[in-house]
Formats: sequence, C-alpha cells, structure tokens
Amino acid sequence: MAPTALRRRGVTLTVPEPAARNAVAPALCGAALRAIERAFDRMFGAQANPWRHLGALSFFLFWIVVASGIYVYAFFDPSAAGAFRSVEALAREQPYMGGVARSLHRYASDAFALTVVLHLVRELALGHFRGFRWFSWLSGVPLIWLMIASGVGGYWLVWDELAQFVAIATTEWLDWLPAFGEPLVRNFVAPEAVTDRLFTLLMFLHIGIPLLLLAGMFVHIQRVNYADVGPARALASGTVIALVALSVAKPALSHGAANLALAPQALALDWFYLFFYPLLYGRSAGELWAWAAGLTLLLLLLPAARRGAREPVAEVSLANCNGCARCFADCPYAAIVMRPREGGSERLRAVVLPGWCASCGICAGACPSSTPFRRGEKLVTGIDMPQRPVNALREALERALEAPAPAPRVVAFGCDRAAPVGPLEQPGVTAFGLICVSMLPPSFIEYALRDGADGVLVAACREGECAYRTGERLAVERFAGRREPHLRANVPPARVRLVHAGEGEEAELARALDEFRAELARLPRLAIRPAARWRARHAGHPVKI
Amino acid sequence: MNTIARYAIQGVLYAAFAAFVGYFSSAPTYRHIEPDEALLRLSFSHAGERKQPCRTRTPEELAKLPPNMRAPLDCPRERADVTVELELDGKLIHRVVAPPTGLARDGASTVYRRVVVAAGRHQVRVRLSDNPQGVFNYTAERSVDLGAGRVLLIDFNAAAGGFVFRM
Repeated sequence: MAPTALRRRGVTLTVPEPAARNAVAPALCGAALRAIERAFDRMFGAQANPWRHLGALSFFLFWIVVASGIYVYAFFDPSAAGAFRSVEALAREQPYMGGVARSLHRYASDAFALTVVLHLVRELALGHFRGFRWFSWLSGVPLIWLMIASGVGGYWLVWDELAQFVAIATTEWLDWLPAFGEPLVRNFVAPEAVTDRLFTLLMFLHIGIPLLLLAGMFVHIQRVNYADVGPARALASGTVIALVALSVAKPALSHGAANLALAPQALALDWFYLFFYPLLYGRSAGELWAWAAGLTLLLLLLPAARRGAREPVAEVSLANCNGCARCFADCPYAAIVMRPREGGSERLRAVVLPGWCASCGICAGACPSSTPFRRGEKLVTGIDMPQRPVNALREALERALEAPAPAPRVVAFGCDRAAPVGPLEQPGVTAFGLICVSMLPPSFIEYALRDGADGVLVAACREGECAYRTGERLAVERFAGRREPHLRANVPPARVRLVHAGEGEEAELARALDEFRAELARLPRLAIRPAARWRARHAGHPVKI
Repeated sequence: MNTIARYAIQGVLYAAFAAFVGYFSSAPTYRHIEPDEALLRLSFSHAGERKQPCRTRTPEELAKLPPNMRAPLDCPRERADVTVELELDGKLIHRVVAPPTGLARDGASTVYRRVVVAAGRHQVRVRLSDNPQGVFNYTAERSVDLGAGRVLLIDFNAAAGGFVFRM
C-alpha cells in the first residue's frame, strides 16, 4: 500500500497505511487493542476514532445526559403519586420532544457507562496505571461507583415496577452492611412508607451524585495537560445522530406502575447499570459486597504492583533556563511548574515535580536552549533528560556527519516507542532513537542539514498512539510552524520527511525511508551554509556546501 | 479506501453501537421470581423489654445526684433481644434473634427477611419474644392464599396487638 502524503507548511508528512497484521505488542491484549484501533483509524481517521477518544466521548455523553436530564426534570413531578404519571406523560403526550429527551437521557447514560468501562479496560490493557499515572488511575476508580450510583438513582425516580425492584434490591443490599439502625428497605415495603419527601430526597440524590461525579471527573484529569475532554466534531455528531436515531426507533418506556403488593416478575433490566442485581438474588448480598469490594480493592492496588525501576526525571539547569515556560506548556502530565526565582528576578524558573514526571523528554525538545547551534563545547540546555542529554545527541550527530558516507546521506530520528529507527541504519543512513519524538528540538533538523545531511527523516508514532499522549501532535505542530520552538522556514521542505509508523510498522518505515532516499537522490546537492560551530571546527578543511 | 466506503462503514458501525446500547438497555429479560412463585416479607422494627426492671432510688442515692438529675427511677438502658420464628406449612423456615441497636443496646431490634414461596394456599405461623426470659409472648397464625407474584408482608406493631399481615 502506498503511503499517503500530506503537506503542512511545506513539510511532507507520510502516513503509512495501517498494518494491523504486523502489530507486535508486549502484551497480547495490547496487541489486540492496537489492531482494533488501527482498523478503526482506517474508517474514522485517528481524530474521530472512538477507541482513541473514549475519555472525551465519556465527557461528551455526560453532557448529553445532563442536557436531556434538565429537560426531563422540567416536567418531572417528584412525588410518590406523580412520579410515574409525569414520566409517562412526558413519553406519551410529547413523544416528539419529551419521549426523545427521556430516551436520550437513558441511552446516553448507557453509552456513558459503556465508554467508561471501555476506557478503563483500554488503559488497563496498555498498562496505564503505573508510575506517574497513579493519580489518574486512582482518581478514576471512585468514578465507577459514582457512575453506577447515578444510574441506579435515576431508575428509582420513574417509580414503575423496575424502580420498585431496584429500590428494594438496592436497600436490601445496603442493609447487609451493619451501618443502618433501621433497615433501609423498610422505606419500600409498605405504600405509606413511600412518601413525597422520599422522592424529594431521591431527586436530590439523582442531581447530587452526578454533580459529585462531575467533580470527580474534573479531579481525574488534573494531572494531564490538554486533557482530551471534547471529541472531534465528526465523532460527536456521529454519536448524537446514532443516539437520537435509537431514541426515535426504540423509545425508552416504563414498566407498569409500582405496586408494593406485587413482586415484579420479569424485568427488562438495563444491564449497563443494573447488571449486578441478579447476582444479589442468585448468590447473596454478602457475596456481592465481596465482589464489589474485591474488584475495587484490586483496581486501587494496581498502581502499587509491578512497579519497575524508575527512569530519571527531567532536570532543570537554572543558568540556562530563561523562564519562557515552553516546557511548562508542553509537558503532557503537568509535571512542570513555573516559580519565581530567588533574588527578586522578574524571570520565572521551571521546576520539575518528580512524582508526576513521565521522563518523556518532551520538555527538552520544547526548550529554546536546546538548539545545537550554540557554540559552547558542551550543550547544556534549560531542561534536559539525564539519561539522554541533548549534548550527547549533538555529539553523536556531529560524529556521524563527520564520517564519510554515500549520498544521499540521511539522518533519521525516531521515537523508541514507535517503529524503531535503529534497524534503518545502513551506509548513508544514521539513526538516533529518542524517548519521544517531541524530545527532538526542531533546530536539530536544520543543524543536520547544514552540517552534511542530505535529508532528515523523523519517525513518529501513529496519530493518537503516543505513549506520552501528545508527543506526536506536538512534533507535528512544531515542524509545521504552529508551535514553538518551530522548524525554521529556511529549511528545505523536500529534505525533511516526517513518517508516522507505530510499533509493528517497521516495514512501512523502511519503505518510507527508501522512497525518501530515492527522492533525495533526484534533488540537486544541498546548498546551505554550514553552522558556525561546524565552520569553526573544520577551519582549514574542505567543507561540503 | 474511498470516502463513500468509509462513510458507509462508519454508518454501519454507529448503527451497531446504537443497536448494542439499545439492546442491552432493556434485554435480556431478567426473571426476578418465577411465574408460579410469590413473596413473603417479614419486616418489623420493635424495641424489646428492658433487660432489668426499673428500680426506685433511695433518698440517699437521690441526694448524691445533682439536683437536675434526681429522677426517682433508675432504669438500666439495655434491652432484651427480640426473637422471632416463622413457620410455613408447619415447617420452621426462619428463626431470628435480633439484638437491640445502639451502642448502649437500647434501640429497637429490626428484622427483615425475604422468602420466595410457591404460589397457593399456605399456613403461616409466626411468634415473637421480646422479654429477657425468652418467652414467646406474641403469636399469630393465618391461612393465606398467595397468588402468583403477590407479596405477603408480615409486620409487627405491639400497640396494634402484635403481628400485622398485609397483602
């Protein structure tokens, strides 16, 4: 399959066609997930791929639930006698709006539960619960309880047979805990116990718990910059159309009115929220509590398990930090804060919060001091990764460019978490692996071209597949000139190739390199003034221009 | 893949998503109790008698107390367990000893039991003891015809004379 090429401010972006069959992932589930996601990329595009934006989709569905809920609430009568009647009237007397709103409220809630669970399973499969991600993981676990409580509470309000079943079953389950003096279920065993005040309380809970859920969702995204909380327009509109169509085709209807003298027999259960009730009666309340508590505990303990050796975190060199805050802006995990300097200087200084740092190196790529054109013998930048400092990258690049090589000479930079660039090494091709592609300051591309390379290939992961959330996107924006530090306009676009090739797409990457070299071979020799540093080092020696 | 094919596949996938949500939103049907079954609920909240009877304080004891606390009777707070037995068609199906609630064990004893029974006529006998001696001082027996899906609620209200059967 031929790669597709896009042009963004003159830089050629090459996106190989998906090759799910070649997916190689450390874990089987991760590989399966990747295969599914790449298959969906082909049909939806990465930006509208629901699998890549399950969190954003969940936020979006939450807002649909809120909007439809506000409409339903306007017509809801929170009283024992009026609750059922008002919901029925809404569905039957104004099906064009009320029925759709009620159905949308139900189906968006169900879809919300579905996307939240898929989001959890996806992050679990990708191992996104360890290390610096612990906060996002732990803060997400209580949201599952709040989500289920919100959904269950909604079913009580309809006060039909299902509501009666849910109310009694829930209180029977809660009564297993030795926490209530008077059994809660006694509020639902006799008609006179079900009062208007009770419905007011239930209404309050059905508004209060989702508000708590929203607050929890806000906390959940606190440790990520540029949180993905809004899906692409195509994904949002597709989701709305699907749910509205479902609401029209299959309106959500009530069971018969609640009657405490009768026990509901057959129930059209909403399995997204009420899935656990059969276990309550099939087994026991104690067993259900054991399952619920055990699973919750397991999820909470996951971050403590399998904690490997910690990678060194980013380090700030105060003497080289000018307080520009680009690292602060680009850090995907909000692990950098800007604080005042001592001594009353107006400039700020970057401070790394070690516990939150992902060791991705994106900050080093964002730092304007990371430019290799600086003339100092040693390149010390404002913020750097101790395990792979930019100085080491510059030294390795200079050594490689000084060695003779057949034309066209290509320098390849690539993300270690994507298709590795190491295997591309051959006469005329020098490869440098990076922690993340955004660790590469764009000035290195120009530096390589000035100092002898005929072309620079940058290998990034697939769109939306970055192990550090935003690395691939930031690199694209920097190279396209939409983000600082940007690739300078004087860099010949034909000499730079950005290739998106994820793990398992090594063949596509190799093919992209071959095509790039073939194109470079057809270009005239690059006429560009070498960097001053190069000229100083090679004074008296012939320099290729 | 051309644009039309992509949109067509997207449409199919969105429809599949909606169908999945729509189906599991109300299916498969869950059968709470079988069509030939009924439900019996034994549920009440009742405070047992005090474990020890009230005692009249002596004048000396009263004199030692602050003036605002000189109650003539000294009533230990702890209450007796409430024991209840439920028999269905002559067979004991539940015997519950419910301790008083509260840290001082001075609250009401509460009981809730849910029993699924075959629909039809049943002989129900229930008795309760709320005294420290464990003597069953309340007893009730009824022949009830429980239709399929009906709920028989057995409550207890000492002021109303004891057990209350409600259908």
